[in-house]
Amino acid sequence: MSVAHPRADASQSRRAVARALPLAPATLLLLVFLAGPIVWSVYGAFTNTALSGAGAANSHFIGLDNFHKAFDSSAFRNSVVLTLVFTFLSAIVGQNLVGLCLALLMRAGSKVVRTLVGAFVVGAWVIPEVVAGYIWYAFLGKDGSLNAFFDSVGLGHQALLFSHPIVAVSIANIWRGTAFSMLVYSAALSEVPRELEEAAEVDGASGARRLWSVTLPLIRRSVTTNLMLITLQTLSVFGLIYTMTKGGPGTKSQTLPLYMYEQAFSFGQLGYGTALALVMLVVGAVFSLVYLRVLKTEI
Amino acid sequence: MQRKIFLLAAAAAVAATTLTGCGGSSSPGKAAAQSGQGGGTTGTIKIAYQRFGENRIMDNFLAGVKTEYEAANPGSKVELDPIVASENDYYTKLALMLKSSKTSPDLVYEDTFLINSDIKAGYLKPLDSYLSSWDQWSQFEESAKGAAKGQDGKTYGVPDGTDTRALWYSKDILKKAGIPVPWQPKTWDDVLTAARAVKAKVPGVTPFNIYSSKAAGEASTMQGFEMLLYGTGGTLYDDASKKWVVGSPHFVDSLKFVKTVFDEKLGPDAQDATDAQLSDKIQQQWLPNGKLAIALDGSWITGSWLPTGGKPWPQWSEALGQTPMPTQKGQAPGRISLSGGWTWAISAKSDHADAAWKFIQAAQTEKNAAKYAVAASQIAVRKDVAADASYTAANSKAPVFSEVVAVTKYRPAYPEYPQISNQIQVAMESVMTGQSSPEDAAKAYDESVKGIVGDDGTTTQ
Repeated sequence: MSVAHPRADASQSRRAVARALPLAPATLLLLVFLAGPIVWSVYGAFTNTALSGAGAANSHFIGLDNFHKAFDSSAFRNSVVLTLVFTFLSAIVGQNLVGLCLALLMRAGSKVVRTLVGAFVVGAWVIPEVVAGYIWYAFLGKDGSLNAFFDSVGLGHQALLFSHPIVAVSIANIWRGTAFSMLVYSAALSEVPRELEEAAEVDGASGARRLWSVTLPLIRRSVTTNLMLITLQTLSVFGLIYTMTKGGPGTKSQTLPLYMYEQAFSFGQLGYGTALALVMLVVGAVFSLVYLRVLKTEI
Repeated sequence: MQRKIFLLAAAAAVAATTLTGCGGSSSPGKAAAQSGQGGGTTGTIKIAYQRFGENRIMDNFLAGVKTEYEAANPGSKVELDPIVASENDYYTKLALMLKSSKTSPDLVYEDTFLINSDIKAGYLKPLDSYLSSWDQWSQFEESAKGAAKGQDGKTYGVPDGTDTRALWYSKDILKKAGIPVPWQPKTWDDVLTAARAVKAKVPGVTPFNIYSSKAAGEASTMQGFEMLLYGTGGTLYDDASKKWVVGSPHFVDSLKFVKTVFDEKLGPDAQDATDAQLSDKIQQQWLPNGKLAIALDGSWITGSWLPTGGKPWPQWSEALGQTPMPTQKGQAPGRISLSGGWTWAISAKSDHADAAWKFIQAAQTEKNAAKYAVAASQIAVRKDVAADASYTAANSKAPVFSEVVAVTKYRPAYPEYPQISNQIQVAMESVMTGQSSPEDAAKAYDESVKGIVGDDGTTTQ
């Protein structure tokens, strides 16, 4: 318990103000350019703002109407399901597991192999999204190189982009995004002390057992971080899907970002599009909380 | 704990980026970046129009009018401001520009597809006071004058041409299938009969194309569905009650035609039919290479066969025939067409409306209007242009497309139209792929229309 010294207190708070002062312009800029647009778009989600038509001449507050409209719409529900499927297949299963396997294998591989594999995987990551999308369209399309190859070896045609477009775009996203998980896991694995694994080996633990009981718990934090970041990235993938399928055929690969784009820019419903963005924010938040809970990443 | 906070903050930051990615677009910043230069000096008018790909027809035409206009009006200046964008992006960018008086151009080139949305948004200025004293207005076809009329009855745009739709066919393939050429189908059944004959006798050829997918966008609605619906006596929008039509048997009939085409495999296979590049394939590969017998398509497709086009094909006029799309059972007037087209409009925020109007007049002299119609392979909307020697010469290769102007219809391009058009594409595609019966697809369409315009906005015919 300290007794208050009015004079010391006053001089201390003066000093605090003086110290905070140089930060004021930066704080102000952050408020105006970061918080401002966010607050504005949250407000926008509750209005009927439109690019053109009646909503442009007279945009006003409409309460929760945009959200009612969304949850009543089968197109919206379809896009939520597709988003979850896409995220699960391509991020949680695909990028995450493939990234982990690559990192484990590379740890065991020779330097030449490591360099080569690393260069290829990171190369896929460096390619711009739209270009990656086009490459996969050209590969999987009806007259694409995969069918040309199938022709040359006498196999039938595949039509993945038409029959299972969400699988096709998931594969493309795994191909493109695995590098990130691989890099995160490589870094994490290099921190794992070899002695611990060797000790387990001496105790007779099999390779799978060592991975599950020793290595994975040690890199748990990286797993959480990685899962969270790739999930949030994948939730908002737009360019890749748009280039490959435009959300089609029909709405068979129309994930939330594509649905949002269609509503906001093809139909000019900016308010509704912004409401959908808020829904995406909530989906992302739910995923993040689940990861923190399930993986119990401690303090 | 700090780590948890960091992770949550990172999550929020990523999510917020997505959020602002959509919401931020409502701010005028993007529009300001689009238009570049700020407000002009007195007497400078700014003209916004679309430029995409290698096409410079409009640029060249406007540059010519600009020279004439500046010579005739000393001291006044014209600034051409092409918006480089595909069609859909053009609408978005234009709407953003029109939103603010800081970025708004004076004169805008508006598609009839969206002009009603912009009228309702208050972006455009009614032109009635100018038109009433304009001696050239009487030269315009009555149907064309209505192309840019708002729901308030005022006219907001001067059309500079239109397009029409009809059947293109390969003379060679039809002859091989035993169909007499020139081919003149009188009913939908005649079209199907010809397609069936091609399927039976000419292997390796797609008998008939009607755009039916969501990927083809407005082409499915307009070149496809509306060409059917308006030939049944049905309509999408009831002008008398100003309501959208639901529960229409004509709507079901039109979908049944689509079903027949794809059930009997008279159309492209499903993968091609749902490809977003289908129209390019048809124009650049299938028709020139004799892989498609009959195409329900627009008057403008010859553009890609010009020496300057994507697939030069000078022989097209001998290889292809044209015939109007018949009505369902041959009911009067026996044939049908749909028209779109573009108009010149003046921004409501323009400070130089009078000067902008003068520019429209300069662009719409008989000589200039004919020049543009020929250069852009447009269908004339002016009587004097339709009679112009250069225009008739250019159109003699495919005269059917000018003839159907007499029976052509315009879309009910009201503000809700883009969303309703999308629902039509959804209905067509679900029938094409066999996911729904025509009746179920029509029912789903009715429900969606009610969702878009409200129950009071619909009527049964």
